[in-house]
Amino acid sequence: MSTPAPLLVAQGVTKTLPEGVTLVSDINLTIDGGEFVAITGPSGSGKSSLLYLLGLLDRPTSGRVLLEGRDTAALPAPDLAAMRLARLGFVFQFHFLLPEFSTLDNVLIPIRRRAALARPAAEARARMLLDALGLAPAAEKMPDQLSGGMRQRVAVARALANDPVLLLADEPTGNLDTKNAAAVFDIFARLAKEDGRAVLVVTHDAELARRATRRVHLVDGRITSDEKN
Amino acid sequence: MRLIIDLARGMLSRRRRQTLVSVLGVALGVAFFIAITSIMRGFQTYFIQQVIDVQPHIVIKDETRSPAPQAAHMAAPDGAVAINGVKPVDRLRGIRASGERLAVLEAIPGAAAAPILTGAALLRYGSRDVTITVTGVDPTRYARVSNIEKDMLSGRLEDLRATANGLIIGDSLALRLGVQLGDTVVAVSPRGVSLQMKIVGLFHTGLATLDQSAGYVLLKVNQVLQDRPNVVNQILLRLGDVTQAEPLAREIEARFGERTESWEEQNRNILTVFVIQNAIMYSVTGAILLVAAFGIYNIISTVVFEKTRDIAILKSLGFTEGDVQLLFLAQGLIAGFLGAALGCLIGQLMIEGLAQVRFHTETPAGNDRFLLARDWRIYAIASGFAMASAALAAVIPARRAARLDPVQIIRGAA
Repeated sequence: MSTPAPLLVAQGVTKTLPEGVTLVSDINLTIDGGEFVAITGPSGSGKSSLLYLLGLLDRPTSGRVLLEGRDTAALPAPDLAAMRLARLGFVFQFHFLLPEFSTLDNVLIPIRRRAALARPAAEARARMLLDALGLAPAAEKMPDQLSGGMRQRVAVARALANDPVLLLADEPTGNLDTKNAAAVFDIFARLAKEDGRAVLVVTHDAELARRATRRVHLVDGRITSDEKN
Repeated sequence: MRLIIDLARGMLSRRRRQTLVSVLGVALGVAFFIAITSIMRGFQTYFIQQVIDVQPHIVIKDETRSPAPQAAHMAAPDGAVAINGVKPVDRLRGIRASGERLAVLEAIPGAAAAPILTGAALLRYGSRDVTITVTGVDPTRYARVSNIEKDMLSGRLEDLRATANGLIIGDSLALRLGVQLGDTVVAVSPRGVSLQMKIVGLFHTGLATLDQSAGYVLLKVNQVLQDRPNVVNQILLRLGDVTQAEPLAREIEARFGERTESWEEQNRNILTVFVIQNAIMYSVTGAILLVAAFGIYNIISTVVFEKTRDIAILKSLGFTEGDVQLLFLAQGLIAGFLGAALGCLIGQLMIEGLAQVRFHTETPAGNDRFLLARDWRIYAIASGFAMASAALAAVIPARRAARLDPVQIIRGAA
């Protein structure tokens, strides 16, 4: 899995809405494996917009995003979906677990969609992920039977389902108390440090951002500072 | 694909009651379609069967489809010829040399042919006069193209040969005339020929027109009675394969020149009625399924509306627009499939119920119940139709779901 190219490169990424509002402007950023990057900034600074652009959920108006050296600007939507499925993982402020499915089934959805593993292997992987996040006893429970912190950890497990190279999180602790928020950030730190993934977290919580290895600060859609530990 | 179906089932399970209503709508549509089609098809099949059974499959008549061309027309085919006031010609009508034609016709595999001469005659007995249609037949040949032998109450067709001027009539006619087997009646033809005839047989077909006003005599006897020696006016043909009647009739007409009609042509008015009947039936059941389709559209639209968050997360996880569209299409198909399955079951029950119905009427054929077609193809058509309309109903909301922008939804939910 060693690629000479950096994991993620943004070159002059700009996003302007049709109404003329500029969300982010001329973002240049290079992220390598093993980095735990916090994107910080005041409300409306374009943090989330940048995350969606880097996560291939949205397309920039100009500039380009390269994932593992591959230019994504010209790729058709199904190819972007395939990259999200196999290479990226998302965690949002809201857990977005499907309410009709158990914890285990929720984690299984991306694995089954990718269809790279047979059913028993897929289930074993999902259980392993849940176990690693301390959720083994909750595997058969429904999302509405879990606490907020547990739900968010299930969402993390789902994001990790297909062993992504890049984990993107948008205010993942926004709905959590301090203790659970700290626990989630610990997980992120561990994922970056131990597994060599890149973790990109949008947060407005400066306290938590300090746990990251790198902090990118955004004001009015532009990077104003980019500091590493 | 299993995943898509699992997800679709999960989403539908949240709207169990609404799903059930849509499924019931489809089920009723399918059930009515099956029951009505079964009744109609059953009756039509029975009717056609009767027609095919009672009538010859092909009739060759002693006339041409269009009048013979005039000499002046033939002399100047491209000329502007106008002919008025063509004089009637006295000519002995009929098919002559029927023997040659019979030899050709009987060479057709599975075919039986019988020449007949029909004509009107007045039967007189005591103070009663009844006009009937007399058919002159060759008993051996005629038995092969008709069911008359089966309908004989007393006597046999062959008895015509044993008695000079034997006559076979329907039981109702015998009652009207007040004659019995062995009695002698006087037959007078429009040509003025009068013959003494002996009743040698009685038949009952169940068809009032035949039983009340038809009689059978030997072909030769009728040729004398009608004063049309050595001619027949129809050749009747019965085939092994009735579906071949129409093309065969066209072939025979092209070869012999005489107007040749298949059973389909002779009953075209009734068959046309069936076509219209079927069109009405399909529109009514189609309308029921259309209403059911709206139910499916409704449930899928509701689910799409409620599940925007789930759609967004599935897309962010790497589901394509096609996957999402398939997911909601699958929900429509599941509802359609459940409706079709339930509908087949209800339809079957309805048919069993209809089969128990008895009408207290005396019909000629002795039928006092619904004639039901039990054909798996009716179920297949109904189910296919239901599934197709369900899929169609789901397409619009499914496309809407596929086009949802996950970024906007995730922003809105945060």
